[in-house]
Amino acid sequence: MTQKWLLPEYIDDILPAEAWRIEKLRASVLELFTLSGYELVMPPLVEYLDSLLTGSGHDLGLRTFKLVDQLSGRTLGLRADITPQASRIDAHLLNRQGITRLCYSGSVVHTLPTGMLKTREPLQIGAEIYGHAGVESDVEIQLLMLRALAVAGVNNVHLDLGHVAIFRSLIQWAGIDRESEAELFRVLQAKDVAALDTMTGSLGKDVRRALCALPELYGGVEVLQEARKRLPKLPELAACLDTLEFLAEQLSKDVAQVCVDLAELRGYHYHSGAVFEAYVPGQTEAIARGGRYDEIGKSFGRARPATGFSIDLRDLASLVDGDGQRKRIMASHKLDDAGLQAAIQALRDAGNIVIVDLPGHEDNRDELGCHEELVMRDGQWVVVPRDRAK
Amino acid sequence: MGREVHQNRPHAEVVGGHCFGNGSKNRNCVLVGDTGVITLALSKGRIFDETLPLLKAAGIKPADDPEKSRKLVIATNRADVKIIIVRASDVPTYVQYGAADMGIAGKDVLLEHGGDGLYQPLDLRIARCRMMVAVPNEFDYESAVRQGARLRVATKYVKTAREHFGAKGVHVDLIKLYGSMELAPLAGLAEAIVDLVSSGNTLKANNLRPVEEIMPISSRLIVNQAALKLKRNSVQPMIGAFSAAVARSKK
Repeated sequence: MTQKWLLPEYIDDILPAEAWRIEKLRASVLELFTLSGYELVMPPLVEYLDSLLTGSGHDLGLRTFKLVDQLSGRTLGLRADITPQASRIDAHLLNRQGITRLCYSGSVVHTLPTGMLKTREPLQIGAEIYGHAGVESDVEIQLLMLRALAVAGVNNVHLDLGHVAIFRSLIQWAGIDRESEAELFRVLQAKDVAALDTMTGSLGKDVRRALCALPELYGGVEVLQEARKRLPKLPELAACLDTLEFLAEQLSKDVAQVCVDLAELRGYHYHSGAVFEAYVPGQTEAIARGGRYDEIGKSFGRARPATGFSIDLRDLASLVDGDGQRKRIMASHKLDDAGLQAAIQALRDAGNIVIVDLPGHEDNRDELGCHEELVMRDGQWVVVPRDRAK
Repeated sequence: MGREVHQNRPHAEVVGGHCFGNGSKNRNCVLVGDTGVITLALSKGRIFDETLPLLKAAGIKPADDPEKSRKLVIATNRADVKIIIVRASDVPTYVQYGAADMGIAGKDVLLEHGGDGLYQPLDLRIARCRMMVAVPNEFDYESAVRQGARLRVATKYVKTAREHFGAKGVHVDLIKLYGSMELAPLAGLAEAIVDLVSSGNTLKANNLRPVEEIMPISSRLIVNQAALKLKRNSVQPMIGAFSAAVARSKK
């Protein structure tokens, strides 16, 4: 390849204006998390693969870049998700008995993009609550997600709620084997009613009716009432529907619309309870997502209920209005002029960007992007628009 | 995984829509964002013709006939519905990107695409045919597909063919062609073909015979996942109308 500066597919640089917007957003969102009682952790970029993939689904394994550790000879993985790392920290390092709230922000890398328009290097930011199994922590985490989106000016959120235990308890009730479960999972995710109809042909009438109802049970909150009628009367199903009803009720005033989708099984192998996604008009994929994953701690040797969410900051930053750039002031390069140096320092102390025009590039000054200049007028250093500086 | 994206970076010139690239900002902005307006992706020919009665049942009438007009974006009698005309094999891509909210695509096309990120809520039971293996009349197919055998197959549907022969335990060398598959065995390019068969007349005219049905094929309604959530109030009734029309025609 002759053009050595080209980047791999789905990997890109973040250039000045965007980089600043992302960094500012990251600081504001982390501040929100911190004020809400979430402690910041910074897990490593590489870990032993076994640990990175503990309790996760097959998908995460495929999505993780692998390399060999020259020190131990073991396989290392570049993290593709920070959530399992946060769970590991909660389960083994903090070892608290009560509730732990953690937050994080960092790059993750994916071998394959997660969607057609996705980067392979998302900047993941998120928050998790460990040690609380009740629906109150689900409400807290979802409200926190909405506030994080609001920091970026995103207020018209369509919240999509699902509950993976609905499908799971139907499977257990019907005594369906692993292999068929995986097939059913695949067609339900696509809401492929035709394939579902064929696939459930050999099952009992009640089981078939219940499974075939799932892809049709999406829409507004009224879907929950319909689900109570159409799904079998199992106590664990009723509990799932109660949870969803409570969540919808608590969150409806903070979002543009609440949708319920009982065939939404994203992260089925990993999640254990209510799952949620935030959609924003104009975006073809969810901007934030999360859910309950009570089982993952168990694979780290310590079962802890958990719920959390994450956002790709790069996606979120693209929705922020304005470039967030502060005005830039140009100053001449005169190291021996104490008055000028003091004036520059005073401007910087007041939060202004002051760029010193190093000698030799007088013809390229426009590239500095300064609209104003620090000039001497009547014995004083003052800031004037550049077109009036001479 | 089986997903080919030819644009180096999917900046916004995704489709004949409103949103052309403006750098990295809003790079995901495609037609899904147009509140209220539903875009339906269709292909010309048999699928379009057989979709017309379904559209009618949903109260939608296209303003132009794609066979006569060169327009690729067709208005309808409803201000909130427009139709885009794309190549059949591109329909899932347009819907997956959100360049169209809904589309109608053959099961054959969906299998090759993989269906990632799409909802397929309805079998429309139109444009029906069968995906089949065909060989020259004199070819002994049964002994050629013993377990562990090796077969040279020409097809447009490489993924479907790979899965079919894989399940049978037969090794295949796949030759990807874009049309006139029937010619491949005659010209000595392949021993068998995998293709769609309706009447079987083309096979017969070229000294071929169908030997195995891989699956029945019909067209599916496909829906962009975000569109189903964000434009539910327009999308859900349309799925309902199509579904009722299909149920009526079944009787």
